[in-house]
Amino acid sequence: MTETEIGRARRRKEDARLITGRTQWTDNIQVPGLLHVAYLRSPLAHARITRVDVSAARSRPGVVAAFSGQDFAAEQGSLPCAWPVSDDVVIPDHPPMAVDTVRYAGEAVACVIATDRYKAADALDAIEIDYDPLPAVTDMPSALADGSPLVHEAGNKAFTWTFAQGDIEAAFRDAPVVVERTYVQQRLIPTAMEPRAVVAQTDGDSFTLHTSTQIPHVLRVMLAATTGVPEHKLRVIAPDVGGGFGSKLQVTAEEVLGLLIARRLGRPVKWTESRSEGNQTVHHGRDQIQRIALAASAEGVLRGVKVDLLADMGAYLMLVTPGVPLLGAFMYTGIYKMDAYDFACTGVFTTKMPTDAYRGAGRPEATYAIERAMDELAKEIGVDPLEIRRRNWIRHEEFPYATAAGLTYDSGNYEAATERAMALFGYDKLRAEQADRRDRNDPVQLGIGVSTYTEMCGLAPSRVLGSLRYGAGGWEHATVRMLPTGKVEVVTGTSPHGQGHETAWSQIVADALGVPFEDVGVLHGDTASAPRGMDTYGSRSLVVGGIAVLQACERVKEKARTVAAHLLECAPDDLEFTDGAFKVRGTGAAKTIQEVALAVFAAHDLPEGFEPQLDAGSTFDPESFSFPHGTHLCAVEVDTETGMTTIRSYVAVDDVGNVVNPMIVEGQVHGGIAQGIAQALFEEAVYDADGNLLTGTMADYLVPSAADLPTFVTDRTVTPATSNPLGVKGVGEAGTIASTPAVVNAVVDALRPYGVRDVPMPCSPERVWRAIQGGVA
Amino acid sequence: MPRITVTVDGTKYEEEVEPRLLLVHFLRDRLGRTGTPVGCDTTNCGACTVLLDGLSVKSCSVLAVQADGGDVVTVQGLADGGELHPMQRAFHEEHALQCGYCTPGMIIASIDLVNGNPDPTETEIREGLEGNLCRCTGYCNIVRAVRRGAELMRAEP
Repeated sequence: MTETEIGRARRRKEDARLITGRTQWTDNIQVPGLLHVAYLRSPLAHARITRVDVSAARSRPGVVAAFSGQDFAAEQGSLPCAWPVSDDVVIPDHPPMAVDTVRYAGEAVACVIATDRYKAADALDAIEIDYDPLPAVTDMPSALADGSPLVHEAGNKAFTWTFAQGDIEAAFRDAPVVVERTYVQQRLIPTAMEPRAVVAQTDGDSFTLHTSTQIPHVLRVMLAATTGVPEHKLRVIAPDVGGGFGSKLQVTAEEVLGLLIARRLGRPVKWTESRSEGNQTVHHGRDQIQRIALAASAEGVLRGVKVDLLADMGAYLMLVTPGVPLLGAFMYTGIYKMDAYDFACTGVFTTKMPTDAYRGAGRPEATYAIERAMDELAKEIGVDPLEIRRRNWIRHEEFPYATAAGLTYDSGNYEAATERAMALFGYDKLRAEQADRRDRNDPVQLGIGVSTYTEMCGLAPSRVLGSLRYGAGGWEHATVRMLPTGKVEVVTGTSPHGQGHETAWSQIVADALGVPFEDVGVLHGDTASAPRGMDTYGSRSLVVGGIAVLQACERVKEKARTVAAHLLECAPDDLEFTDGAFKVRGTGAAKTIQEVALAVFAAHDLPEGFEPQLDAGSTFDPESFSFPHGTHLCAVEVDTETGMTTIRSYVAVDDVGNVVNPMIVEGQVHGGIAQGIAQALFEEAVYDADGNLLTGTMADYLVPSAADLPTFVTDRTVTPATSNPLGVKGVGEAGTIASTPAVVNAVVDALRPYGVRDVPMPCSPERVWRAIQGGVA
Repeated sequence: MPRITVTVDGTKYEEEVEPRLLLVHFLRDRLGRTGTPVGCDTTNCGACTVLLDGLSVKSCSVLAVQADGGDVVTVQGLADGGELHPMQRAFHEEHALQCGYCTPGMIIASIDLVNGNPDPTETEIREGLEGNLCRCTGYCNIVRAVRRGAELMRAEP
């Protein structure tokens, strides 16, 4: 038996084009007669539009057309929200181009279409527009206060959603220890490196949309529903896509308007956003205020957890905006046992860019709150943060385990991951150094942060999504076809944008069909060539889409087996399949799967009734979510005189079950950790009281560079998932979910001697310094 | 309109350009050299980095007219025939890219860094690449790749 492909650190097939610049970014597309769209965007957060005149723009050189929202009013529909989370949810009309009211700064109010991007941008100056300003609504408590200006006529409350299990009152009644804290999840800008771009074309009958998206399939359905372009007349293509992190899990105004403009002009149009345009108008992430209360015994054994959440929706509900806090709702119990759990969430409208999925979507927020609060509980009880976790976590022999939040975790070994992380980190030695620095009153204090996380991903069982009122299912499809020459063509419904599916799927197929890794090709991201799919988000691609690939291979193999048996004149059961060949047991007779593929193509001699195609499709709908977990440990040095925090070491031991490609998994963990650290220390989307975005460029919104981050030490434990045949778990979001609380716990740990029990994120030098001075942040 | 002469990846071009045309748009829209992408409009991200007369510049912040008479090398001009540049190989081997959007600029900036410092330490690499942002990798593998690329460049000058 040759070495299996699954488990090998295969170098990526995707790299060849990416390292040589032979890429297919949407903005690269040039077609004859291509026109360029530029959008005029509202400078005000909240205003009535009293007059728009685009006529002067129309006469500028190179300008083909100019439109205002009024011009699209009859046909533009409303940008969709696919997750009406509750009976009381208010889903306001969301015109792709504002017609009479703007509700966030950056909302499109008019556009120019010209022969090149410079001329289009120039002509925006010639558009005349008058606004009647309305008051901005920028923070949630004020938005909910009586007499607040209204974002929408129906009020500023978008929805309420609750979950309760167990007797929460009993858990808190006479509880020896109660820890109650409020944490703020600052607003974040996802910042995929490739700005969004859209190219819309029509031949007069059907439409082709190239767009920088994570969701070509979902987008096709939603665009058809929004614009009235029949679904079968619309092809959506996600060519090379430069990162997403949830930000390209969206149906955007510019995608809808691109189609409408192409339809109206009958000419191909392109729009590429600038970064400053993107900071304003790519959906934002996080922005929640979390009140969390833990009830525990005198020994720190949890009795119950209560969460009251305010979630800033921004001005509208976009594709899954209101669902994001729900994805967190089930994770506030973390890896811990307790009798009761109570969760309530209120969605709030403000005059800011809508929020939606950003790497982790709900779970980073939940994990942050519980992991921060567990540190506070440890402090309260007077034990080490790892000891408080040991007293409460689910032990490895207790799986599968039904949590107080209503989930069943299939597998895990928190003890093993923690033990490994402590060894790599040198936990005891660092604690000793910390004690020494405290004794010496060292101006540079050492802090140690712990995060023992789990998360739910691999979205998702369709019936569960249905029970949560999500508008679609969570299945994934793959088709596998043996080509006449023995090569394999995989068509996947996942839509990679950096994850390496071409490589990983090739490894799965190589093992399943016994073909060389190099002989597998993967098609994706085009609704014409890969028509069935649910796309890529929520760490779902391997645990749902990868399993569909495996199952399709199994079906192909069974078809091939009947043909091989026919050719070898034996019963199918007499054949064993090894190393890519069907062998008659006990004889030397054999047919390779490639020989079978050619025989099926020729179709000269096939079993009675066998249709001459060696292919199969499979649609996998998982029975449960995927629950990766791990222990992250972070050591920071905090200069108490300047407030500067420096990460000294970072250890991550993750358990993502079996691993198809350890190199890709490590890369996902690295990138995830970096984004979580970015939330902890650097990034924040800041609006002023008038609703102006102050962090509109990369000069103000601090995406960390190589110089801001340390080298991460990573390792894995392997506790295979029991919910899928490969035993794999999702990994795309785990690092981000784990790392934010690890870092902030470390910062606060460093400052305990100063009476500090919280530093609001991002823990900038100024905030750390203020916390030290005031004891309060 | 000014007429400029620029060599890009070994080919000489003579073009009339608007004075305000950015070098990156000249490369992408005029010459169809789309290997160099644009990631921001404030010189922060470095995705558009190219070599101009041997030194790295962010082509979103250079006017095409400033490149008049110059020699531009983009990521598309690095491979020698079919042979990848050592830094390209190193990025592939060390898995120093995921979505790949920052990669052209990152590779060019790394080559420039190593040209000036043939054996950079981890700290020198991290500080040297401060002007190039990556959102996918967390930079660990980029640092490894630059060290490996530097080693390969020393071995194959």
